[in-house]
Formats: sequence, C-alpha cells, structure tokens
Amino acid sequence: MRITRGGTKLLATAFAATAAAAALAACGGDDADDGSLTVYSGREEEYVGPLFDRFQEETGIELDVRYGDTAELAATLIEEGGNSPADLFFAQDAGALGALQREALFAGLPAQTLERVPARYRSLEGAWVGTSGRARVIGYNTESLSEAELPASILGFTDPKWKGRIGWAPTNGSFQAFVTAMRITLGEQATEDWLRGIVANDPVVFSDNEQIRDAIASGEIDAGFLNHYYIAEAIAEEGPGYPVRAYSPPGDVGSLINVAGIGVLESSDGKDEAERFTDFVLSDPEQEYFAEVVKEYPLVPGIPADPQVTPLAEIEQPDVALGELGDLEATLELLQRSGAL
Amino acid sequence: MALPLAYLLITVGSEAGEALDVVWDPRTAALVARSAGLALAVTAASVAIALPLAWLTARTDLPARRAWTVLATLPLVIPSYIGAYAYVSALGPTGLLRDSLAGPLGIERLPDITGFAGACLVLTLFTYPLVLLPVRAVLRGLDPQLEEAALGMGRSQWQAFRSVVLPQLLPAIGAGAILVALYVLHDFGAVSIMRFDSFTVDIYTLYRASFDRTGAAALALVLVALMLVLLWLESRARGGPLHRSATGAARPARLIPLGRWRLPSLAFCALVCALAVGLPAGVLVYWSLQSFAGSPDWAGTVSAAGSSLLVSGLAAAVAAACAIPIAILAVRYPGRGSSLVERLSYTGYALPGIVVALALVFFATRALPAVYQTLGLLVFAFLVLFLPLAIGSAQASLRQVPPSIEEAARSLGRSPLEVTRTVTAPLMASGVLAGAALVFLTAVKELPATLILAPTGFQTLATEIWNATSVGFFERGAIPSLVLLAVAAPALYLLMDRE
Repeated sequence: MRITRGGTKLLATAFAATAAAAALAACGGDDADDGSLTVYSGREEEYVGPLFDRFQEETGIELDVRYGDTAELAATLIEEGGNSPADLFFAQDAGALGALQREALFAGLPAQTLERVPARYRSLEGAWVGTSGRARVIGYNTESLSEAELPASILGFTDPKWKGRIGWAPTNGSFQAFVTAMRITLGEQATEDWLRGIVANDPVVFSDNEQIRDAIASGEIDAGFLNHYYIAEAIAEEGPGYPVRAYSPPGDVGSLINVAGIGVLESSDGKDEAERFTDFVLSDPEQEYFAEVVKEYPLVPGIPADPQVTPLAEIEQPDVALGELGDLEATLELLQRSGAL
Repeated sequence: MALPLAYLLITVGSEAGEALDVVWDPRTAALVARSAGLALAVTAASVAIALPLAWLTARTDLPARRAWTVLATLPLVIPSYIGAYAYVSALGPTGLLRDSLAGPLGIERLPDITGFAGACLVLTLFTYPLVLLPVRAVLRGLDPQLEEAALGMGRSQWQAFRSVVLPQLLPAIGAGAILVALYVLHDFGAVSIMRFDSFTVDIYTLYRASFDRTGAAALALVLVALMLVLLWLESRARGGPLHRSATGAARPARLIPLGRWRLPSLAFCALVCALAVGLPAGVLVYWSLQSFAGSPDWAGTVSAAGSSLLVSGLAAAVAAACAIPIAILAVRYPGRGSSLVERLSYTGYALPGIVVALALVFFATRALPAVYQTLGLLVFAFLVLFLPLAIGSAQASLRQVPPSIEEAARSLGRSPLEVTRTVTAPLMASGVLAGAALVFLTAVKELPATLILAPTGFQTLATEIWNATSVGFFERGAIPSLVLLAVAAPALYLLMDRE
C-alpha cells in the first residue's frame, strides 16, 4: 500500500520538470499580430493542408490553422462572438456558413471576389463564398444493379422493392442539407412522406458517407445516398474495377450541389490578408487542385471537373438557395417526427 | 468546477421557454430511459467482470497474478472510439471476421453488433478497470482478522465472503461504479460508432445539425440531473464510513488455493483479456502493418506523443493536488457544504466534452482572453473534465485511514494544517497517485476539448488519430493509436500498488 519516499520524490521532480517545460512552451508560443492569419478549418488537413502551405509560400503570410469538425467550430465561433481569435472560417458546408451569417459574425467579401463564382454558390448578401462543390448522388453497386434499374428520382426509393437494400446517414450534415433542400422544393408533407417511406424500407443506418460507400462496395447494401467524391476517390485509388458508381437523377432534389466555403470574420484584425487568402482559394490553380486531387467540383467557370465525375453542367440541379440550407431546425424536427433520427 | 453548470444555466436562461419545450418533449424522457438503461447495464456488467477478477488476482493462488493484473487493467488506455471501431471492423456484418469466414464457410453476413448490445459490450470492456482498480486495492489492504473469525465460526468461504468481505468492498465498488456510469453518460465515441442513440449523441446532433445551443444546453442539464440521481444512489449504497479499527498491525491475508477452480479461473481471465485487449490491439496491429506501405509520418507522431505527455502529465499533477483537500473535506467533514463541492466536481465528468469545452470558450473569451487557447486553459479543461477520477481514488484511500491517527497527532499539539501535511496526506499518497494516473490515462485520449481549446496548431496523439480517421484512413490512425497505448501503459505501473 505504501509508496516509497524515493518514488514520491522522483514523481514530484518529474511533474515539476513537465510544469517548467510547459511554462517555457507557453512563453514561446502565441506572438500575435505579426501579419499572420488564424484559420478555423472544418475541412480536413488531408485536403486543404497542401493549399495552406502553398499560400504561405507564395505570400509569406503565416497561417495558424485549427482543424476541427465544421459544426463544432461554428458553435465555437458563435460562443467566441466578437472576441474570436479567428480571421477566417473555412467550412465544409453552406449550412454552417449560413448559421454564422445569421449571427452576423461575417465581415462580408468584396464584389470581385464574390463574382468569381456563380451566384447560386455564394451568400446572397455577400457574407461568404463557395470554394468547391459536391454533388449529392445515389451510389449503387455495379454487380447487383445497373443504372437503368435505379428510379428516375430519389423519391422512387420508397418502393417496397428497396426494402433492406439501401443505406443512409441521417445524422450526416450533407444529408440533412439535402433534406432541407427537399423541404424547400417539394414542401413539408412530401418530404415527410418520403422520409417515412424510406424508414419503412428498413434502411441500414450509417454515421458517415464513407461507411455508406464501403457498405455498397462490400455488398452489404445495394444503393445509398452520399456525396459524389467519396466514390470518385475510391475509383481513383482502387481502379476502374471498383464496384460502386454514382448516379445523378436529372433535375431531381437528389442531385443537390452543396458547397464548401469561406467567410472572413467581423472580429478579424487582418481582413486584407484574409481576403487575399479567399482570392487565393478561388484562383485558377487552386480550383484545379480541388478538381484533380480532392475530386470536388471547381466553382470558378471554365475550370473542368475530374474526368471521372459527371460534369457540373450535365447535372440538372434543383433550384435551391444554398444559404437557406443553414436553417435546419425544421429539418431536424421532421427527421425526428418521421422516425429517421 | 461549476463553470460548465453556470454556462448551461446562462444559455438556457436566455431562452427558457424553448429549453422547457426540449425538457418536456416525450423524446427527452425516452432518452433518459435509454441512457440510464445503458449506464446501469454497463455498470452491472463491469462490476460482474471486475469483482471476480479483483478477487482472483488479489486473494488466490492464480498463476501469474501480476501479469493478469496488468493485462486486465490495460483496456483503460484504449479510447472508446478506437475500441468500438475495432469491434465493428472486426466483428461487424462485413468485417474482418466475415472476410476470413466467407471463403471456407460461405458466410455472407454476420449478425449486426451495433445498437444497445454493441454499445454495452464495448463500453463494459473499456471501463470495467475503473471498478477493478479500487476493489483490488481494498482487497489487498483488508485485514484478514474478520474473515478468519467468520471462517473459524464455521462459515464457508463463500458465506464469509458475502457477509464479511463484500460489505467492506462496497465503498470501492460504489466509487468505481459511479465512474463507470458517468463515463457511459458522457461518452460519445462508442455510442456514435455503435449507432446507439444516447444523450450525448443527441446533444452533438443539436450542435451539428441546427447549431441549437439552447436545446443542447437543456439536454445537458437533464444529464446533470441524471448524474445527481446516480450520485445519490451511490452515496446510499456506500453506507457509513468503514475503516480498520482493530489493534495491532494489519497483516496480509493468506492466499486461497483455487484447486479444481484453477482452470476455469484462468479461462475467465484469458477471455476477458482477449476481448478487451487482444482484439483491439490485434486490429490496430493489422492496420498499422497495412499503413507502413504509405510512409507514415513518424516525426509528427513523435511530437504529438510529446504534446500528449506534457498536457496529460500536467493535468494529472494539478488534479492530484486539488483532489487532496476535496477528499479530506468530503470524508472527514461530511455535511451539506462538502457534499455539494464533491458533487459539483462530478459535473464536468458527466457532461460530453463539447459542452465543457464550449463553456470554457464562453467564459475565457469574455473574462480572460489572455488565457484563451493556451496550454494552461487546456490543462484547466482536463481538470474540470476528469477531477472526479482523482477524488474518488483519494477518498477511497482516506476512508481506510482511521481518524484516530489524526486525532492522536492533534492531541500531541499539531495544528490541523500540520496534521494534514504530515499525517493525512502521506497516508493518502498511494490513492492520490493512483488517481493522478487515472486522470493521466483519461486525459491522454481526450479529443473534443482538445480540438477546441488547445493552442492553435497543437497536435496530440488523439488529434492525430482524428485527423487520419475523419477522412476515412483508419490504417493511418493505427500507428498513433498504438503509440498512444505505449505512452499510456507505463502510467499503469502507478496504479498497481507495490507488490
């Protein structure tokens, strides 16, 4: 039971040493306002890390990047309010950007930055701008299904013949943005009917898009609702034999294009540099990077998408203002009422 | 310690009507039932596993007792999200096991392990050491006199255990059980991977899907109420103070020969260790072997390991220092005030990390912007989150110290403060150290608060794992996960009393 005196001393010394090291580390860090920018990035380091590096090399402006979940970072920014140390918010989806816009946390962007991308991919009030797009698609297993067997609309999956064969991720942000789009275009009742119809077909529930894709690939399910680039990435990695393909029903709400985007925060003390970063992300080479490496849709007109994915122009999109997709309260209620959540 | 609670009350207070709607929603009642059910099931299962393990490794002639003790404690360092993912990917409907059976046996799908059963299994396997450690410590310290007296009066071994030993173990079982139950309430990793809709999952969903802080805060307050009920139950079960009162020096108990129970006992230990350590470690090793092909980032992992050690070490030291006065207050001066302090300290541990982190964001950016996103604030966050781990263990060791020793010191003219410093604190040392080690082990795997509150650019092993796994590269997360186990394992040594 008793610990030896020597042991206690050794431990105390170790703790003291760590404390001293921590104090040193704390002093060495955080020298603010030297022209560096703080970015809260809800986009993963894997995808945007190289872009941040290129910006620093090109401009000499240092970036301090905090990676995290988009919604958690948005919640953090809302709590921080006017005292936020962040200059920029790089979000995974338009919903989070819309939430921050409603809290009046964005400074707004200059017109020439905004006009780089078509109006549908940015905030109507100019608070934030989309930087790359992703399409909602129906992923299907090519060994058990052909494109012709898929319904002409995502609404068709309520047919009892899909019972136990489909998968979805009702807690996923991209999926909920899609349901919001459905509410806006088809109305509450039609959306609720659809959700109830899908629930009645016993869909396998996943927590994210990758799991849906992997379950389609392994044959656990025949089809699922996910984002296009998860499939494009896997095909690029595994080769053309990969048994999952994407289908975009024309003009259907199931073919929603959502965006990742950037906003400059009102609390920033480096707004000029922050705008420079926004322009950098919308520059031609970086838009090409999103197309080639991340397999997302470049939003600046004239930059081609990856040859593996359906060109943006060929996807008949539903008519939805992305900024409104941030209003998820009613969507969440609907998801709960219909038993999806 | 009361900061998270204050934050929740402020957030809810601004929109009380909406918050009440959330609380009275029938869905919330269902959530309470589900979460409480899971917490009770995991707690019962943990006690059922930990009690025989503790008895076997402390009181019997089980072969290789030390090795079993170390192995059986190891699950403590496995983060629940890694453990759960390892289980799903190994035993899931289309996991590794299916892959190896599909060929020879033609099995297409295995039964789904997600849901209540899966969450219960995984949480039990990675939390039962919280019961094992205090129970085993008490078993080893028990004076065998009472038990021998019971045996001498003709009771069987089992009767003696039930009537004499078990009552003395209750405080330790209660202390461990409450930690398990509250862990289940705040855990997000295991329940989300196991697709079990618990309180934490709902709170996260409210933040993620609708940025609904009021709703999330209202749910979190319900969680705090649930915590208070559990703490009350535990204090009822704990009973009055128990400590050795016999004269003379305590002596170690003799070991009980297992006889024909030897093999079944060994099989039981082996089964628990295989499920709780063998399977997850095996999956991690399998993945890390795969990731060697992709030139892993060793330098990043090494510096992340340094950061993890630094911040968790500091948190452990500070928690130990704070646990001593709180434990003394609660055990020696029981009353309304001291029990309030003690119970408040559990708030941070019962709440999901994101809620505690946002509470500190709220206060730090308004009151102390200079400390915001510094190492100091992160250490403080860990203190708020994990202090009960240190307090529980310190209290358990203090309860075994008879107050008569302190009273003797007082009667010899020492001041109360001197008595605390020269008598009480040294006698508590082993419990306090064990508590510090528990804080260290838990802090080293913490994720949500680290992501929000760490200095910008500060990478720990947990954030490295998150970086890799959030983009779906589980192989790449395997090496940092194994390093995490390797870094944390030495702290287990502090949890074992010297043998």
